[in-house]
Order: sequence, then C-alpha cells, then structure tokens
Amino acid sequence: MIQIKNLHKSYVMGSNSLHVLKGLDLEIEEGEFVSIMGSSGSGKSTLLNILGILDDYDQGSYYLSGRLMQGLNETKAALTRNEMIGFVFQSFNLISFKNAMENVALPLYYQKVSRKKRNMIALEYLDRLGIKEWAHHLPNEMSGGQKQRVAIARALISKPKIILADEPTGALDSATSFEVMDILKEINDEGKTVIIVTHEHDIAAMTKKIIRLKDGVIEEVIKNGDLQLFKDRVRTE
Amino acid sequence: MFDVDVWQEIFSTIKKNKLRTFLTGFSVAWGIFMLMILLGSGNGLQNGVKQQFSDNSVNIMWLWTGETSMPYKGLKEGRPIKFKNDDYTFLSEKNEDLEQVSSRFYLPGNILYTYKNEYGSFETSSCHPALKEMEKVNIVSGRFINDLDMTDFRKVIVIGENIRKALFKDEDPMGKYVKLNNVPFKVVGVSYDKKRQNERTAYIPVTTAQRIFNGADRVHSFAITTKMVKTVEEADAITERVRQDMALRHNFDPKDKRAMGSFNMLAEYIRTMKIFQAIKIFVWIIGIGTLIAGIVGVSNIMLILVKERTREIGIRKALGATPSSVIGLVLLESVLITTVAGYAGLVVGVSIMEGINYFLEQMFASGAGEGMFFRNPTVDFSTAIASTLILVISGALAGYLPARKAANVKPIEALRDE
Repeated sequence: MIQIKNLHKSYVMGSNSLHVLKGLDLEIEEGEFVSIMGSSGSGKSTLLNILGILDDYDQGSYYLSGRLMQGLNETKAALTRNEMIGFVFQSFNLISFKNAMENVALPLYYQKVSRKKRNMIALEYLDRLGIKEWAHHLPNEMSGGQKQRVAIARALISKPKIILADEPTGALDSATSFEVMDILKEINDEGKTVIIVTHEHDIAAMTKKIIRLKDGVIEEVIKNGDLQLFKDRVRTE
Repeated sequence: MFDVDVWQEIFSTIKKNKLRTFLTGFSVAWGIFMLMILLGSGNGLQNGVKQQFSDNSVNIMWLWTGETSMPYKGLKEGRPIKFKNDDYTFLSEKNEDLEQVSSRFYLPGNILYTYKNEYGSFETSSCHPALKEMEKVNIVSGRFINDLDMTDFRKVIVIGENIRKALFKDEDPMGKYVKLNNVPFKVVGVSYDKKRQNERTAYIPVTTAQRIFNGADRVHSFAITTKMVKTVEEADAITERVRQDMALRHNFDPKDKRAMGSFNMLAEYIRTMKIFQAIKIFVWIIGIGTLIAGIVGVSNIMLILVKERTREIGIRKALGATPSSVIGLVLLESVLITTVAGYAGLVVGVSIMEGINYFLEQMFASGAGEGMFFRNPTVDFSTAIASTLILVISGALAGYLPARKAANVKPIEALRDE
C-alpha cells in the first residue's frame, strides 16, 4: 500500500535549513493498523503530512497504492487526497457553521455527489458511529468524543484506502480515547489501512505495529508478536 | 459551482459578519449611487441646454446684410450690401454644404393687422416652406406655407396663436381673410409653441411679400440649414466657405462682419456639447474613483475573511477541495457583495433622479420651468447596464487578490494555525 524509500525532507527557515527526514524507508501493507511514535522533532508530523500528500518531499520516493506521489500540482493532490485518504485530526477540524451531517458530507461534495444523496450517505455513516441523532447539531453543541466521531465519519465517507489520524485522542479524556480507538480498530477490521500518529504509549499499544521515529529515521519497528513485550515495557517505564 | 452549497456557505459567512458586510457593501453602494447622481445631473444639465437649442434645427445658420466696414478691391467702405433672389438660387442650388434655404424679406414699417373690428400690430416673417423645418414651427391647425403659395404668389398667411386670439376670439380663423395694411390674406394655418414667444409671429410667402410690399427681388436675410458635421472646425469651415462665396458675389472682404453677418448654430452647438462631454468624462472619473474606494474596501474585507478562514480552507483542501473551487468560493462572495450592494445604490440613485425628473416634468407641464437649464436628469439604460457590468467586474477584481491568497493556503500550515 505504502512504499517509501530514502525519503528526505528539509525545511528552509531563513538562511538555515532544517533537515527533518533523513533517508527514511517505510513499507506499510494494506489492512495494517500502524502507529507512528516519536518525540517532538522526530519528524512524525512531517512524515504524516507527506503520507497525506499535504506536503511534498525533497528526495526519495513515495508510492501510494502503486502510484508515485511526487511533484503533484495542487489540483491533482486534492483529488488524490479526496479519493485515497481520510483524515482525522487532533482538534477535529470540523467546519463550525455546518452541522454534523453537512460536515460528514463535505468530501462527497468535492466528488460532485448531489446534495440529497450525499446527505443520505452522511446519515448512514453517522448512524454507524452511533451519533445519528446529532446529525443536525453544530459542532459547538457536541462533546469532544462526538466531534471526533463526526470527524471519523467524514474521513470514512469517501471510502478511502487509508485513514490518517494525527493524535486522534490528543484532545480527549482516556475513556473517550479508548472508545475512539475501538472505532478505529473496527475500521481496520473491515480492511482499511489505519495510520495514527501519537505520543501516548497506551494508545500506540492498541495498534498492531508501532514505528518509532528518532531524528528523521526509523529507530525501531515493533510488530504484532513483540507487541506484548512493548506493552510490558510501557508498564514498567 | 452555482449550487445550493456555495450559496449556503456564502450566506453563512455573510450572516456571521452582518455589520462588516453591510459597511463594505455600503461603500460600493455609495460609489454607484454617487455615480448615478452625478451622471444624472450631468445629463440633466445637458438636456436642459439641448432644450434651449431645440427652438431651431441645431444645424441652422443665419445670414444678414449690412454695410461694408472695410475697403475692398478699390471699393470704399460704407457700401450697403443687398441680397437678391438669385442669391437664394445660388445658395440652395450651387452650394453642397447647405441643405435648405429660406429667404426673408423684411416688410417695411409697422404692419397693421385687421379682422372685422379687431386690429393689432404683429411681427410678419416672410419665408420659404423650408422654414417650418428649420425653425420648428408647430402647426396646430391647417398647414404651413407650401411651394404652390410661392410660385402662385398667393396671399396666404399662417398666424401665431396669440394673433388668432387677438383677432378672431372664439371664431375659427381658417379660410378667413385678415388684412395686412389693407391687403387681405387668407388664413391657412395656426402655429402654436408653448416654449416660444413666436405666437405673435405670422408667416407669409416671401414671393408674395416682395410683390405686395414693393420688394422686387430684394432679400434681407437667409435662414439656412447646413450639412450635419461633427466638429467645430468643419462647421466653421462651412461658414467660411459661405462667407467667401457671398463676398465674391457682392464684392466685399470675406472678413468684413459688418457687410454680411453670419451665425452658425451648429458650431455653437458642437462647442457646447463638447463641454458636456468633458463634464461627463469628469463625472465618470469621480464616479469611478468613488467606486474604486468601495472596491478596495471589499477587497480588504475579503482578505481579512480569507485570513480568518485559513483553517477552514485548509480543512477543505485536506478533504479534497481543489484550488479552483476555493477561488470560486471567494470570488463569488466578492461578486455577490459588490453586485447586490452596487445594485442597491444604482436603484436608489436612479430612483432619486427619476423622482426629480417627475417633479421637473410637472413644473414644465404647468409652465413654471420656463428658462430652466435642467431637464430630464436621468441615466439611460445603456449606462445602467455599463454600471452593472462595472460592478460585476469590480467585484471580481476585489475578490481576485484574496482568492489567490486563499488558493495558495497550504493545508498543513492552515491546520497548524491554531
């Protein structure tokens, strides 16, 4: 699904150049449930942006479902994002003047689906996430957990191959966090690739594969079998 | 692009900033309003002056004779110049600059008009049939002098409304005979023109006048319509050529204004209209200037709006909004604000001018507007269309910079913009 080879990315800040990703190699198969961890400055957000085609890279290659993602113009990048990737953000990023249903339906709007049809589909997704009765409420009338469910419904509605979640539980209490993680797990069980960026170990431990970044390269990859060990290690830490 | 969602989004942002949108729109509305008021007033002034010219054909020219004031080709000054009938023939047939000619023979002394026991003294204008067109004589009953009257030396007369009132009271004047110094003339028409004081004028055929009042082939003045030229230079050139022709025929210096007087209305008309053209350009410059101030306001607000909505735009882009859809959103909002506000200004401005026009027309109808230099101060349809077009274009212009800024929003930066 995702193949990254020798990925370099640096940001130019004035006369200084900040080398963030230093030849990163990464492969993620279809249907994996991956978390990316790392301290701040390790390059995890940068990696996520590149994975989400929100940012370009300097060197190396990134194949998404067999297609090279490089030097796309804005329009093409937008279309690819719409078609392939569902985003879930820490601060939900719902549009404040649209109700839950309209927020969920937004990606379909950019696919030129008719208003009636996309609102119907949006209601289905809200139903699946158990917040159908909130469909006509504005985001500021909902709790954090409800907002994140709306955001997840929005990420799912365009039937993307990959769900990219940037600290999806960062703004939630632990009970709600686990609920959200359960939802993401369910989505993964249905066969979607889910990638989350987090710095919380207990959240990362709920995924099937943990990629730890350090200084712009992968420090270690902890897979299924080793996960128990990781969990123990987290507990003792 | 023009679906419910776009409008819904635009209206929701406008609703969030009602006062701001209103103030922005107001500046545009004010610009258009002022433009309409200024253009309307300019038109009013122009129409008022045009009205003053409308007593006669605008291309009318008069020639009259006097005494020479300069020696010419060995001839002394102080020589009287006299037009003759063959001057009429020359002017009407040989001169390509001229369209129609009417000659006038001044009747000697004071002519006494009598009908039964009524009498009075009125102005008598002897003329050719063409004078009707030239001086826009308005016939209310009967007819004007015609060609047959001319060739047959008929004793017919067209009297002004006041003459009719004075001599005939309630009687129908048509076919009756009015005596001019005891010579009976048959009334064939009555002329009436509210705007002018020519109701005290009577018209008779110039040929008849010459014969009855011992004029032989003497002509005192000519009324002429010239070719409709576009520039003052051309009009002046026509005057000059006519002067030269007549100077050659009568042996006087073409520069001698006293020997032959001439007045070319067309040159004056073009000159006056040129002033109004300049006024119009000036008005447009001021109007457009005011409008630009409004547009800059709209542009400013849109920039702030884009800045405020950076995050939202970022979200949309992450979800698959293409740059063109973002541009469309901003442009459409800008065009909407300017068009709606501008149109409101247009309607208010035009309404006010139409209102003023209504009162002016009432004044003119009751005769109170005599001599007013202000008439029909309205803006014509094409100007309104042009203004609407300007609005839409200016809306697009106002939205252009903000829209480009919005399109350049990077999703990552926008989403990080906490």
